[in-house]
Amino acid sequence: MEIKLSVKNLDAYYGKNKVLKNISIDVPKNKVVAIIGPSGCGKSTFIRCLNRMHEVVGGTINGSILLDNEDLTKTDPVLLRKRVGMVFQKPNPFPSMSIFNNVAAGLRLNGVRNKKQITPIVEKCLKQAALWEEVKNNLNDSGANISGGQQQRLCIARTLAVSPEIILMDEPASALDPISTTKIEDLIFELKKDYTIVIVTHNMQQAARVSDYTAFFYVGELIEYSDTKKMFTSPDKQQTEDYIRGKFG
Amino acid sequence: MRKVETSSKKKSLFKKILSSSNVGDFIFERLTLLFAVSVFLLVILLGYEMYQGSKLSIEKFGWSFLVNSTWDPVREIYGALPIIYGTVVSAALALIIALPLSIGVAIYLSEVAPPWLEKPLSFLVELLAGIPSVIYGLWGIFVLVPWIRKVVEPYLSDKLGYLPFFKGAPYGFGLLAAVIILSVMVLPIISSISRDVLKSVPRSQREAALALGASKWQSTMIVLRDARPGILGATMLGLGRAIGETMAVTMVIGNRALISPSLFDPSYTMASVIANEFTEATSEMYLSALIELALVLFVITIIINALARLLVWSMDRKWKTT
Repeated sequence: MEIKLSVKNLDAYYGKNKVLKNISIDVPKNKVVAIIGPSGCGKSTFIRCLNRMHEVVGGTINGSILLDNEDLTKTDPVLLRKRVGMVFQKPNPFPSMSIFNNVAAGLRLNGVRNKKQITPIVEKCLKQAALWEEVKNNLNDSGANISGGQQQRLCIARTLAVSPEIILMDEPASALDPISTTKIEDLIFELKKDYTIVIVTHNMQQAARVSDYTAFFYVGELIEYSDTKKMFTSPDKQQTEDYIRGKFG
Repeated sequence: MRKVETSSKKKSLFKKILSSSNVGDFIFERLTLLFAVSVFLLVILLGYEMYQGSKLSIEKFGWSFLVNSTWDPVREIYGALPIIYGTVVSAALALIIALPLSIGVAIYLSEVAPPWLEKPLSFLVELLAGIPSVIYGLWGIFVLVPWIRKVVEPYLSDKLGYLPFFKGAPYGFGLLAAVIILSVMVLPIISSISRDVLKSVPRSQREAALALGASKWQSTMIVLRDARPGILGATMLGLGRAIGETMAVTMVIGNRALISPSLFDPSYTMASVIANEFTEATSEMYLSALIELALVLFVITIIINALARLLVWSMDRKWKTT
């Protein structure tokens, strides 16, 4: 099994406050890894380290994160983020741009200006995000005038347009209704054919449904990381079992 | 019969008061409504009074008041064109200078500056907006005008003297001084409001851009794009201030009703005409013409402020849908 992303002894800080302690995780290629754990356990911080968004809000890290055996903590973050895309908890399309331009935004940021080149990519990404059928007749409407679930799929399409290798999802369905959530989950299942996905989720059923591997975080530490099936049937650690059974968290 | 009707009406009103569950709330609602309506009435009354006061001049000159360029109190001919021209040109030029600077300041404060520097700088910018205009005027007379006379105007006429904008004797007092002083006064207003507008763009927008591989500069451009209507609103407020500014402008603009392309020549604005001449307005017609000038200024200011409001509202609505 090919390892796409390898996190080694990662510590993360906000100022002097250590929020992640000695995390080591290997993410295999074309698999979905779910990060679960109670609020404040450092799940979001962890995936924000993976595309170096953690440092945008003033955080610092220690340790190494290897993307295809190259330490991403030493590369240019702007270039890195083109390879490691991110979908946020709250849908955040650009309201001043049309649906079309939202998807094209990433391409334009990368200097692709030719509309003939952009149009097919936009269509392809909207199809991949299972949004094409719903918006193909109003591509010029504002990206903010569609439903929350559609906005989130639009954000996924926008992320896909840059053709990243890894997609990070920070509780992508937590602000959505059950039907939209199902759509997003189906989408994740489709996307893993082409991408490697790391998803943070509050919802353990969701982790069980969409992921191949699951990591359980608790107060900044990685308690257990294993095959999802094993994790949800016979976890090694008592703490994991308690959390999964709903005894705390 | 009628008596019964009125008494039942009274009763129903009384019932209504009681049924609003709380007499205090009822009084509170009506009282605040009264206050709110009084503001509205004040504006209407102000406009009406000015219209009444300027009737004499409006009837005599009609539209020619706005297009005639002779302002001659001795012969009782009042054409406000040069004054309107001076007002509009000085404000517009001030805005052209102040706008890029203000946006630069706002971007620095909201996107680039570290927090320890942002707070004191923002405070200073807001402090600038609060300085009484007569102080700007004094600074204009004693610092700005001599500097313009000795340095700026000779330099400009030497290098660009072939252009009609830089012809004439370097007095110091004139349109150029007014434009510079206005731009200094407008800058803090536009930059502090623009900073607030930029800050009101959610952080998730910046993160969305950065996560797509945008550089800091590119993500700022996206934020700026989102903030465009608000910045336009800020600009309109700045324009309103520039058009209405009286004291500082009067002190440096030269106060002559003149239409000239040259920035070195003296000019006049509506606000400074009113401030300078109302004490001398001995005839009824003179006074009426001054009041009409005030009415024109009033209408222009209301239009600008209304536009600014609308733009800011359109921005707010956009965020609510996301």
